[in-house]
Amino acid sequence: MSRYFTEDHEWIDVDGNNATVGITNYAQEQLGDVVFVEVPENGKELGKGDDAAVVESVKAASDVYAPVSGTVSEGNVALADDPSLINTDPEGEGWFFKLDLSDTSQLEGLMDEAAYKEFVASL
Amino acid sequence: MRYLPLTPDDRDAMLARIGVASVDDLFSDVPEEARLTGTIRDLPDHASEMAVERHMQKLANKNLVAGSVPFFLGAGAYRHHVPSSVDHLIQRGEFLTAYTPYQPEIAQGTLQVLFEFQTQVARLFGCDVANASMYDGSTACWEAITMAGRITRRKKALLSNGLHPHYVSVANSMARFTGDDVISSAPELSAKTDIADLIDMIDAETSCVVVQYPDILGRMEDLTALAAKAQEAGALLVAVVTEPVALGAVKSPGEMGADIVVGEGQSLGVGLQFGGPYVGLFACKQKYVRQMPGRLCGETVDAEGKRGFVLTLSTREQHIRREKATSNICTNSGLCALAFSIHMTLLGEKGLRDLAQLNHAKAVKAAQQLAQIDGVSVVNDSFFNEFTVILPVDAREAVRELADRSILGGVSLGRLYPNESELSHALLITVTETCTDADVDALVSALREVLS
Amino acid sequence: MSMNNQGRPTRSEDIETGCAPATFTGNRALILEEKLIFESGSTDRTGIDFPAAPDAPSKLGGLERSVEIGLPGLSESETVRHYTRLSRQNYGIDLGFFPLGSCTMKHNPRLNEKMARLPGFADIHPLQPQQTVQGAYQVIDELADWLKTLTGMPAVAMSPKAGAHGELCGVLAIRSALEARGDAREVILVPESAHGTNPATAAFAGYKVEDIPATKEGRVDLDALIARLGPDVAGVMITNPNTCGLFERDMKKISDAVHEAGGFVYCDGANFNAIVGKVRPGDLGVDAMHINLHKTFSTPHGGGGPGSGPVVFSEALAPFAPLPFVEGQGGEYRLVEEENAEEHHASSFGRMVAFHGQMGMFTRALTYMLSHGADGLRQVSEDAVLNANYILRSLEDVLDAPFAPSGPCMHEALFSDKGFADGFTTLDIAKGLIDEGFHPMTMYFPLVVHGAMLIEPTETESKDAIDEFVGALRHVVAAAKSGDANLKAAPHHAPRRRLDETMAARKPVLVYKDSETAA
Repeated sequence: MSRYFTEDHEWIDVDGNNATVGITNYAQEQLGDVVFVEVPENGKELGKGDDAAVVESVKAASDVYAPVSGTVSEGNVALADDPSLINTDPEGEGWFFKLDLSDTSQLEGLMDEAAYKEFVASL
Repeated sequence: MRYLPLTPDDRDAMLARIGVASVDDLFSDVPEEARLTGTIRDLPDHASEMAVERHMQKLANKNLVAGSVPFFLGAGAYRHHVPSSVDHLIQRGEFLTAYTPYQPEIAQGTLQVLFEFQTQVARLFGCDVANASMYDGSTACWEAITMAGRITRRKKALLSNGLHPHYVSVANSMARFTGDDVISSAPELSAKTDIADLIDMIDAETSCVVVQYPDILGRMEDLTALAAKAQEAGALLVAVVTEPVALGAVKSPGEMGADIVVGEGQSLGVGLQFGGPYVGLFACKQKYVRQMPGRLCGETVDAEGKRGFVLTLSTREQHIRREKATSNICTNSGLCALAFSIHMTLLGEKGLRDLAQLNHAKAVKAAQQLAQIDGVSVVNDSFFNEFTVILPVDAREAVRELADRSILGGVSLGRLYPNESELSHALLITVTETCTDADVDALVSALREVLS
Repeated sequence: MSMNNQGRPTRSEDIETGCAPATFTGNRALILEEKLIFESGSTDRTGIDFPAAPDAPSKLGGLERSVEIGLPGLSESETVRHYTRLSRQNYGIDLGFFPLGSCTMKHNPRLNEKMARLPGFADIHPLQPQQTVQGAYQVIDELADWLKTLTGMPAVAMSPKAGAHGELCGVLAIRSALEARGDAREVILVPESAHGTNPATAAFAGYKVEDIPATKEGRVDLDALIARLGPDVAGVMITNPNTCGLFERDMKKISDAVHEAGGFVYCDGANFNAIVGKVRPGDLGVDAMHINLHKTFSTPHGGGGPGSGPVVFSEALAPFAPLPFVEGQGGEYRLVEEENAEEHHASSFGRMVAFHGQMGMFTRALTYMLSHGADGLRQVSEDAVLNANYILRSLEDVLDAPFAPSGPCMHEALFSDKGFADGFTTLDIAKGLIDEGFHPMTMYFPLVVHGAMLIEPTETESKDAIDEFVGALRHVVAAAKSGDANLKAAPHHAPRRRLDETMAARKPVLVYKDSETAA
């Protein structure tokens, strides 16, 4: 399994054709206390860059994009009851949705952890 | 210039601190050719309080004051007695001259009022939640239609033909731009509403059915079956209440299953005011709260654990969501909501029920008296304080002739539906607690004269 | 001579200063805690007496209410006390300096209130026969005249209920005009510094919204705007003076370029207070502009509305303005509405509201205009701009003012949070000002400046009031720069400490539930 990052501060864990998507610790710090999350329904087809989920803090609302194309296999229902998971464990329990990838070649343009760290440092 | 505190010396000292020679230098970014050099022509110069008062009073005197004559108009704006303490309280500077409560620590007064207002509205309408108010009933109605569209992802709204024609007009104007499909028609002069027809019209494309209760002709029918049928088809029932006092006497739309209930709150606290400002009421089921337009006040605690209130769920709103907001609405109708809430607190459950009973009984008696006039018939089987009569003559003419006799005798349907000739003999009459027996007698005898 | 040696002490002795002890009630002298009406009232109590209803059969169609609504009542004495106590937990212009940028919190003259309450205006029905409300139509017509003259525009729609509603009115007129010539354009350009209502309005009217970049000086980038114009651009929405408090010097060039490309110019008139009587937007090529009567023309903000947002139009857009409107003919007025619009207003996009708009605000605004007159209104904008520049120059040595070097501001001064100690923010400045007895400025708007603080004094503040504010703000800024922990915990002296907005949003409690225990 390998983890990739995007410039939109999302992470994606890939295991074969299956992927899990969330937002990074840096992103949750920027948002502040998350109060509401909307995750996509199972079976929803997403193209790379499509709006996939919504995350809201008290003062900000952001869209979470699909980092790569695929079909949603699961949304994290736990977030509806406890959106604070995104603040406490953004890169673990606070995942947003799982995807069946339709084109793994799209992963090639994404960053690895070292590159993302460097990217954040440059902001 | 009594509202301007700066003295010439102040201005000089301030210009010196700024480091410019004259005020004109502060307008240097305005291109020379766009700058006005003197005062604008064709407008008068400043005037004393006395002079302004004289002018305004002169204009006010040209109007026939509702309270000075027998008065029977309704159709979306109702004349009720507003207790003196309401106007006193809303003129307290801390309410009147406050802003939207964006700094909650110094706006708990406004915020607690909004929380109480939301609770009053939700309970009155039989809904789980209500917002902090909209501009008025007509815009609240349109916002409900767009909200139903967001929830159902459908574009077709069925409007009952008993919905206020101005509300229909607003929906039609807006729908042209949003691509919504709004189905509407003019009412028929029958005792039955169009609820049965609406039930038949609901299909898989319908986002919502919008029904007014009591409707524009004053009629009321149970909404339970309509709500069930709409929900079965994946649509929502939007109920519109233009006379909230009615809900002191009859079941609320929420009790009968409505998903969204909107209304005009002018009846309580606000007064006629020639059409505005009024206060839009907006309530819905809990599960739709995130799709609501407008401001919401919520309970929380402060750093010491004391209960307090804040504006909340503001990520739905334009100042955060910008082009993705649920509505472009930025304000509510705060001071009118306050007036509504104070009036409702003065009434309480008992007062509201007594008021409703008084309105209804007076209206029933007036309808009986009017039905005695030759050639006049009452359309309604059911009504609250407003009913429709059919006259043997054009009702607009009759209204004008009554006005010549210093009686404001109702709203002709010809005024509301100028293109529907079959409605031209119909007159909408409202009887509230402000109408005396003598007023009703005066209306009856004047109408007899006009018709003879 | 006898002397009562039990007299009360007339000076304090042995009283410890410093931290005040908690009181038994939670009250603090004049600051009184107040329960919710749902905790203090009851459904069998009322503050209004009614005569008994006459005997009459029920005609309610079998819909008689069977369950209790749950509306608590209070007697009149309790009601007056409840709302009076609540009012004292609010800050208002009547109490002190309220420098909310972009909101124009000026003094609300009480003559306005008195005039709006004349029964001849307050107690008339919107659907009364037209012959019985000629004076009301005349108010609308006279106010319309003032607005047209002050803006140099030929037409005005009076019915929009608020600024954002006015924006919608303007954008719908633009879309109607384009549709009428068979031109389906899709994009509205909006500067990044715009009020959130601008993009929300454009989107509501069915347009895609694209940002216009700003120059380093805080104004619209004219070259970038011109480069973006084309056959798909319906128009631009520009706030002038803009939300950075600056006049858009190139407004006329922008208008000419937009018109050249077949589009229309919408001007957000929220900041008209800076230029009323000094500049006419009509001379700058504007096609539509809303005017917030509750800002420039002193109608009260009322704790968040009601506002009023009439929209002035150019010749090109006037035919598409909404219904209804008032028309004068030989001393007689009549309402042009659906019925007679065909005659000469057939292109109107229709109705935006029931009835005719915010009449209660019209009487107030007209009263204000007559009071000030043309000469007074000119003085209004001059003093508003003078006060703002005085603030700008009195604070720029301690607060970062990103656009100060480029010249004078208009009616408001913009600062950033640059230079504060680690962890100190604009929010802390705001809360510190609350303790000092001032309403904070607008915070975090416009978005183009980090930690923005937008200060609009208005013309109704005296030099002394401004000097006091400047002194207090300098003090608070010094605390933010030195990292004073007390400031982080402010406000200390308001009816409430900082409120937990996260909790409010995560588990929204929007109505009172009877099971709730009193706090």
